[in-house]
Amino acid sequence: MLGLSRRDFLTLLFVLVLVAAAPILMNPFPEGSKFAQFNAGYPDLMQRFVIFGIFAVGFNILFGLTGYLSFGHAAFLGAGSYAGVWMLKLLTINVIPAIVVSTLVAGVFALIIGFISLRRSGIYFSILTLAFAQMSFALAASVLTPITGGETGLQTALNDPRILDGAASGTGNIPAPALFGLEMGHSWQVKMGDWLWTFNVGYYLSALVLLVAFYISIRIFRSPFGMMLKAVKSNNQRLSYTGISPRPYTLAAFVISGMYAGLAGGLMVSMDPLAGAERMQWTASGEVVLMTILGGVGTLIGPVLGAGLIKYFENIFSKINDNLLHQWFAFMPDGLEDFMVTIIHPFVGKGWHLTLGLMFMLVVIFLPGGLIGGLSSLYNRVFRRSKAH
Amino acid sequence: MSAALEVRGVNKRFGGLQALDDVNLTVEEGRIHAIIGPNGAGKSTLLNCFVGRLTPDSGSVMFHGQSLLGIQPHQINQAGVSRVFQTPEIFSDLTVLENVMIPALAHRDGIFEFNAFKPMSRETDIRQRAVDVLEDLGMADKIDMVAASMSRGDKRRLEMAMGLVQDPRLLLLDEPTAGMSRADTNNTIDVLRHIGDSRGITMIIIEHDMHVVFSLADRISVLAQGTVIVEDAPENIKGNAKVQEAYLGGAH
Repeated sequence: MLGLSRRDFLTLLFVLVLVAAAPILMNPFPEGSKFAQFNAGYPDLMQRFVIFGIFAVGFNILFGLTGYLSFGHAAFLGAGSYAGVWMLKLLTINVIPAIVVSTLVAGVFALIIGFISLRRSGIYFSILTLAFAQMSFALAASVLTPITGGETGLQTALNDPRILDGAASGTGNIPAPALFGLEMGHSWQVKMGDWLWTFNVGYYLSALVLLVAFYISIRIFRSPFGMMLKAVKSNNQRLSYTGISPRPYTLAAFVISGMYAGLAGGLMVSMDPLAGAERMQWTASGEVVLMTILGGVGTLIGPVLGAGLIKYFENIFSKINDNLLHQWFAFMPDGLEDFMVTIIHPFVGKGWHLTLGLMFMLVVIFLPGGLIGGLSSLYNRVFRRSKAH
Repeated sequence: MSAALEVRGVNKRFGGLQALDDVNLTVEEGRIHAIIGPNGAGKSTLLNCFVGRLTPDSGSVMFHGQSLLGIQPHQINQAGVSRVFQTPEIFSDLTVLENVMIPALAHRDGIFEFNAFKPMSRETDIRQRAVDVLEDLGMADKIDMVAASMSRGDKRRLEMAMGLVQDPRLLLLDEPTAGMSRADTNNTIDVLRHIGDSRGITMIIIEHDMHVVFSLADRISVLAQGTVIVEDAPENIKGNAKVQEAYLGGAH
């Protein structure tokens, strides 16, 4: 089906069901219940799940297949974001040009940075990409202010030209990004008993793009091109004695993953038309590395999972405060309750990084293949055992 | 018969060591040419000069009239020179079949081809080529194994398959049977003999195992202390005084 093997098609179908039903799946707890805090089914967060999923899926094409670890991919996310906002300002408030142009701009940017950085491999390659990204960040925050809006960031304004929209946008408000009139921020709410589900336009557009991006990534993984990329990772030297020039292959992978990052940036500004320089900072580059490793480097679905997990922690765990903890442990005797709250306190709220860090350590030490690698080895063990019987 | 490979006056110095000292060698097309010599004679160094891993300090290496010096390893391979390494150089993380399909794709598509949307599963020709070569080498039952998990002897055979699948004009074999059992060695001799006869591939073979050398070679060059001391037909090599001196250490 669709040029995929049965197994890959099922994987794609699984992701399709997952993202289509996410507004329901992510809200397992009834409104107003004790655990409603853990519901993640609101548009803003779900958009971030899928957009960072796209970013990580693209990053995995470079890092997972070729083994080249880029520490500067946020630069392409940022470049895509700026290009996207400019399209919303200059051309039209319709998100299609913004998304397309941000992907292309990031691709050109990646071609230049990749061409230079790929002269080196290993740690030197990583340092070069990091240097380029930090330069881009510093430039965007200072001398490029006319293009990037400097530290305040770049956003849409009432008096933007929007040459394709003509006079139609004269309502007195800054128009919101939309897909042929359907605003990204628009949502339908459905109440089912105690549960409240929100179906958001922007989320479903991003989810659709994720599916296409994921499908392309499967095709690349299973192609002769993808196999050459795996060969680069396995034995770069041998590949050249086999009659293959590894450089154009790694550069193509670099540009593709840069375009995925730009696409994610374009979607981000389509959801919220604001791009800031901090989007290019090295912490943002590091985040996508964490997502990929946590989910499983070189696996198809791992990066999507890793992106979702990290964004969940960032947004949900960070909201748990002491009041909430006291509520949860209220059934305990006072002394024990205070004790429990004191113990858990450093791991939640502002301490969510600590939990994430510990989780990351555990995965790297005990599950070298990431969460997906762990799951598949578990599956193999169970499956083989049942086969033996 | 024309010369496939012409080596003229090749010198290579590593610091104080003259590894190759004015090496001259002519390998005729369609022949199996063995290079023998004691350890440290410079055999592998010489081979490295043919595939672009080392550049000689002086001299020339011509392959069918084209110089192999100063061009990239992948260009040398595309010109028709494949090499089997002394320590197995394989794609350890990939399966045996994938290991052989990669050089087959390189042979068909050249140094770079952006075919990112055609599924591997539709490359039936490439797959068939790879399977055929693996069958010739008696590895048909191992095609789905991960290459890293094989024995050393099997890795050598895999490397040979990677070279043969490219249908090279010149195959360089650096101790192809090292680490193989006697039975596998004999099998490899048969395979190489068969390929040499049926496809007319020119081969240069470096080997310590005299059984292999005398079963295969049409011509033998003896290398000692970086220079060719004798080049002759196999039957004339065994009794040669210079060769015995080089091997038995008469020089000391």
